Amino acid sequence: MAEVIKTGTYICKGCDLGHRLDTDQLENIATGEGGAVLAKQHDFLCSQVGVEMIREDIDKGEINRLVIAACSRRAKTEAFRFDDIAMTRVNLREGVIWIRPETDEAKETTQEMANDYVRMGCTEVKFMHTPDPSHEQTLNKHILVVGGGYTGMTSALESSKAGYLVTIVEKSDSLGGTAGKLHKKVPTHSPYRDPEDTGVTELTALIAADPNITVHLQSKITNTEGAPGRFTVSISAESGNTINETFGSIIQASGFTAYDANQLTEFAYTDNADVITQLELEALAKEASGGAIKRPSDGKEVERVIFVQCAGQRSQKEGHLSYCSGFCCNTSIKQAMYFKDSNPDIYTNVIYTDLRTPGAGGEDFYRSGQDKGITFTKGTVNTIANNNGNLSVNYKDIILDEDSTLDVDLVVLATGMIANSGVNIDAVKEDEDADSTEVAVPVESILNLQYRQGPDMPQLVNGFVDSHFICFPYETRRTGIYAAGPVRRPMDTKQAADDATGAAMKAIQAVENAGKGRAAHPRSGDLSFPSFRKEGCTQCKRCTVECPFGAINEDEKGYPQYNESRCRRCGTCMGACPVRVISFENYSIDTVGQQIKAVEIPEESEEKPRILVLACENDAYPALDMAALNRVEYSPYVRVVPVRCLGSMNTIFITDALNSGYDGVVMMGCKKGVDYQCHFVKGSEMAHYRLSKVADTLQTLNLEEERVAVHEVAITDIKRAPQLIDDMAKTIEEIGLSPFKF
Amino acid sequence: MSDVVATNQTILVVGGGISGMTAALEAAETGKQVILIEKRPFIGGRVTQLYKYFPKLCHPTCGMEINQRRAKANTNLTILTLAEVSDISGTEGDYTATIKMQPRYVNDNCTACGACNEAVETEFDNDFNYNMDKRKGAYLPYNNAYPQQFVLDSRIIGTDDADKAKAACKYDAIDLDMQEETLEIKAGAVIWATGWQPFDAAKIQPYGYDRIDNVITSVEFERMMDPFGPTGGKILRPSDGKEAKDIAFIQCAGSRDRNYLRHCSRICCMASLKQSTYVREKYADEGKASIYYIDIRAIDRFEDFYQKVQDDDNVTFIKSKVANIVEDKKTGNPVLNGVNTEGYHRYSNPHELVVLAVGMEPSVDKDIFPVEIVLNNNGFIEADNKNGGIFAAGCASDALDVNRAVQNATASALRAVQVVNRVARAED
Repeated sequence: MAEVIKTGTYICKGCDLGHRLDTDQLENIATGEGGAVLAKQHDFLCSQVGVEMIREDIDKGEINRLVIAACSRRAKTEAFRFDDIAMTRVNLREGVIWIRPETDEAKETTQEMANDYVRMGCTEVKFMHTPDPSHEQTLNKHILVVGGGYTGMTSALESSKAGYLVTIVEKSDSLGGTAGKLHKKVPTHSPYRDPEDTGVTELTALIAADPNITVHLQSKITNTEGAPGRFTVSISAESGNTINETFGSIIQASGFTAYDANQLTEFAYTDNADVITQLELEALAKEASGGAIKRPSDGKEVERVIFVQCAGQRSQKEGHLSYCSGFCCNTSIKQAMYFKDSNPDIYTNVIYTDLRTPGAGGEDFYRSGQDKGITFTKGTVNTIANNNGNLSVNYKDIILDEDSTLDVDLVVLATGMIANSGVNIDAVKEDEDADSTEVAVPVESILNLQYRQGPDMPQLVNGFVDSHFICFPYETRRTGIYAAGPVRRPMDTKQAADDATGAAMKAIQAVENAGKGRAAHPRSGDLSFPSFRKEGCTQCKRCTVECPFGAINEDEKGYPQYNESRCRRCGTCMGACPVRVISFENYSIDTVGQQIKAVEIPEESEEKPRILVLACENDAYPALDMAALNRVEYSPYVRVVPVRCLGSMNTIFITDALNSGYDGVVMMGCKKGVDYQCHFVKGSEMAHYRLSKVADTLQTLNLEEERVAVHEVAITDIKRAPQLIDDMAKTIEEIGLSPFKF
Repeated sequence: MSDVVATNQTILVVGGGISGMTAALEAAETGKQVILIEKRPFIGGRVTQLYKYFPKLCHPTCGMEINQRRAKANTNLTILTLAEVSDISGTEGDYTATIKMQPRYVNDNCTACGACNEAVETEFDNDFNYNMDKRKGAYLPYNNAYPQQFVLDSRIIGTDDADKAKAACKYDAIDLDMQEETLEIKAGAVIWATGWQPFDAAKIQPYGYDRIDNVITSVEFERMMDPFGPTGGKILRPSDGKEAKDIAFIQCAGSRDRNYLRHCSRICCMASLKQSTYVREKYADEGKASIYYIDIRAIDRFEDFYQKVQDDDNVTFIKSKVANIVEDKKTGNPVLNGVNTEGYHRYSNPHELVVLAVGMEPSVDKDIFPVEIVLNNNGFIEADNKNGGIFAAGCASDALDVNRAVQNATASALRAVQVVNRVARAED
C-alpha cells in the first residue's frame, strides 16, 4: 500500500530570518510546489512552544514528514530531536542570511537562495523513511580473542569482568606470548625504580579460574565469516579437531615477531654466540634467576656488557625497520639492571642515539638506571668483532666526536618488533594488478576471513593494523574486529595492557550495538542501512570493491550480499553503483538527486548561474557553517547539499546537474592518501577516482572541464571553503553560462 | 540543571577534554548512563586550542566535530559545563559527588545569534588564546564551541554591559540572576579525566619568558597559527609585530629537570617537530627552524615523521640544553647561549623568536586533590586498587599524546562499565 506523504514544513522567523527573508513566500513554496500538507511560521521555533507545536502535529498524525527551515542541522540539535519521523533541516540561517550582506541589492538573490533550499528540503523529505534495522543478528555476548599473549589475556580478563564470555585461541602450547618469556618487566608503578614481575603467572592463573573464559591452545582460526553479532568461526587444533562457534565480536591480539637479527651482518650476530638479542638475554636472565648471568659461548660470568640500541631499526637501510619499536630503550635499562642488581661492579653501557623513556615512569626509571651506575653513551655502533674470545665493539662517540673501541663479554642488540598482521591484502591486490609472476613468501592468514576483500585486516603502514590512529585509535577497517597490542602499533606491556582493555571496551560495544542494529563508529547509533534493488543490479562489483570496510560480500552469481552490522553507513556503495540501485531509508540517490532537481534554474537571460556544492557533512559542511558564524560572504548562486561522505557521491548527480542547467559543480571532501582525514577511510579517495572518469562525460556534453571541481577541504578551511565557491562563480563568469538552460 | 538524574549505575566523568569525552562516549554508546562534567563553558579541552595534530598534520576540530555529533545524538549522555567536583564520598558502586556549577548567565534558549556579543563593550583577556588577545564580556569561546551557546563573563554582571546584553537578546536567553549551584550526583564509578596544563614557563628563569617579549610557549605558538586566533594565523613577534621567520624551539622546557618537572612530558618533541612544519608552511624556503634538544623522542611510528623533518635542510637540530637566553635590545632577538654537546661547541645564537616546548603538568594540584586517590611523585594518578571505582583517564594518569590518551580513556571506560555492570547484576 502506497504511503500517503504528509509533509509539515516549519519556518523559523527568529535570528533575523523573519526580517531578512519573506517567510510568507517560503510558506507558499512549501505548500505549493513543495507539496507540504501544512506549513507554519514561528518567531522562535527552537523554543519550547515552537517545538511543542511540531510535536503535537506529529502526535496527532497531521504529518509524517518533517521539514524544519531554520538554522543549520548542526545547531539546536537537542531541541529539534524527532527520532520517530523522517526529517530534514533547511539551513536558512548559516546557509543563507549569515553569508549574504543585508543590502537591497542582495535581497532578491538571498530570497531565491532560501526559496530553493525550502524546495530542496520539501523534496528530499518525500523520499525519506524512518530507518528500520534488519535485525539480522541477535545479541551475542561471546567475544573471541585471537592470541593468548599479554594483550590477549588482558582483553579476555577485562571483558569477563564486565560480564561477557570469552574464548582465547592461542597457537602455541601455553599462554603468555612474548611476555611469558621475560624475566621481569619494566616497572608500571611508582617509584619506577626496579624491574617488576611480569604478572604472566598471575594472569594465567586468573584465566584458569575464570568460568567465563575458555582457552584453546595449539589452535588457529581457520575460517571466519559473518558480521558483528554473528561471526561464525572455525577453531582448529593441531590435533586435527575443529570446532565451530559463534561470536559477537573479535579482538585480534596476534602480537609481534622479533626482527631477525641474522640480517645484521655488521654486528656479527650470526657468527658470534655472545652477540644476542634482548629476547635472548631474557632467557639467560631467567636461567640465572637473580644470580650471575653467564654468556652463551663458554658459560663465563658476564663482567662487561654493551647494549646496542636501534639495531636494525630507525634506519632507511634495506631490510631494516624504519620505525622505532618504542619499548627497547626501557628494556635495555631494565636488562642492564639485571646485571647491576646482581653485581654493581659489572660494566654496563647502553649505546644510543636518542634515549626514549617518555612519561612519568620512563624518566624515573632512566634516572634509577643512572643511579645504579649504568653508563649511557650517545653514539652509533659501527662493527662488532671477535677479539680472542671477547667482543670488540667499535663505535662512534657522538659527544666526543671520535671513534672508540670497547672490549666486552656480551653484546645485546635492541632489535625491533614486526607486527603479526597476517596477509597484506592490499599487496595481494597490487600483485594481481601488476600480473606479477613473482612468488612472494606465503604469509599465513590470522583470521581467515571469508570476506570478498581478503582474509585479514587491511594494514596502514609498516605492516601494522591501524587506521584513524589519532582521534579514534580503535577504528580498524573491519567492523567488529579490533586490533590490540603490538599488532596495531609498536608498544610495551604497559601500553599493551591499556590497549587490550580499550579494545575490549570496543568489542563489547560492538556486540551491544550489533544486537540493536545500530551502526558502529563514526555514525554510532545510526539505524539506517543500505538495501539494493536486485533486479537492477548488473553484478559489476563496484560496491564490493569500493566499500572501505569490507562490509559487502558477493554471492555465487556476483550479486552483493550486505551485512548490516559490518556496514558503517557511509554510502560509498551508493556512490559507486553505476545503475543506482543502492539506497538507505533516509539517504539515497533520490534524496540527493531530487534535491538537485528541485532547484529552480533561471533562464539564461537572467544571468544568474547555479552552482551545486556537494559537501562532506563531517568537515566541509561544518567549515561553511563556521564561515557563516563569522559572516564570511560567498556567492548567492550556490546550492549546498551535505553528503554523508563524499564517497557517497554518485556521478549521476553531476551529469544530472549539468544536464538540467547548473553551470558548475563543486565537490568538497576530506584529505585522502596515507594521512587521510576521511572518517570513512577511502570515501574521499573513491570520489576522486570516480571523478577522474567524469571528463569523458563532460566532453560528450560539450562542456568545459572547469565546470566540475573537486577539492580536499578541512574543517578549519573556514575562509578557504567559501573562497572555493567564489572561485567557481568567477570561473563561470569567465567561461559563460551553461548552454543547457531551458 | 537540578533535573539531572543519576543512580549508582551512572558513570560520572570528570573533565570534558578529548579523554573525558572519549570515555563518556564509549560508555554511553555501550548503553550506560553517563554524566560528563566540564569546568570550562565548552567541551573539547585543550586539543581545541591546537592548530594541528602530529604526525598527520590534521586538525583537531575534525575529530572533535565527530565527537560532538556523537554527543548530540546520544541520549544516554548528559553534559554539564562550568561544573567542578568539590568532593566525592562513598565507595565503589555507591558514590556521591558534590558538583559546583558556576553560572553561565545564558540558558538553553540561546540560539548563538550573537546579538549579546554585539551589544556589549568591555573586553577581557582571552584565556582561549592564552591571553594573547581580548574578547568581549559576552562571547562564544571559539568557532566550534559546544554547547553552541554564548557565555557572559561574570565580571560584567552588575555593570551596564550585562543589561545591554540582556536587552539585546530577543529569546529571553540571558538570566542575570543565575547563581552558583551545588548538586549532588550519585554514581557507581568515576572517571577522572582532568587533563593537563602547560608548565609555567616563567619559573624557568634562565629562559626569561617573563622578561623577553620574543620568548613564547609552544601552546601560544599553536594559537598564532589559527586563522581566527590572536594574530590572524600569522607568526608575529610580540615585541614589534613583525613576522618571525627564524625560530628556535627549546625542548624539555621544564621537563626532565629536577628543578621543575621530573618527568618527560612525551609530547613536546613531536610538537616541536610539527611546529617546525608550521614555519615552513608559512614561509616556504625563507622559514628556518632550530631545535635544541636532549633526545628526540619520536617514539614508534612517529619516527617516520622525525625522519621527514630531518630531511628538511631548513630545520637544524642542536643537541644542547640551552643555558640561558638574553635579549639583544637593538633587534629584539633572543640570543641563546649554550654548548652543542655533539663535539662540545660553544654557541651564542640569535633567533627572531623562541618557542619553549613547555612540559605537561597535571591540571589538579596534588596537594589539594578533591578526591582521595593514589598519586605518584609527578602528580599523576596511579592505577591502584585503593582507588576503588575511581579511574584516571588520559593525561590525569600520565603525560600522554592524544592517541594514547584516547586509548587510555577507552580502557578507563571499560573499567567503569565493569563496576556499573557489577552493580546492575547485584541489583537484579
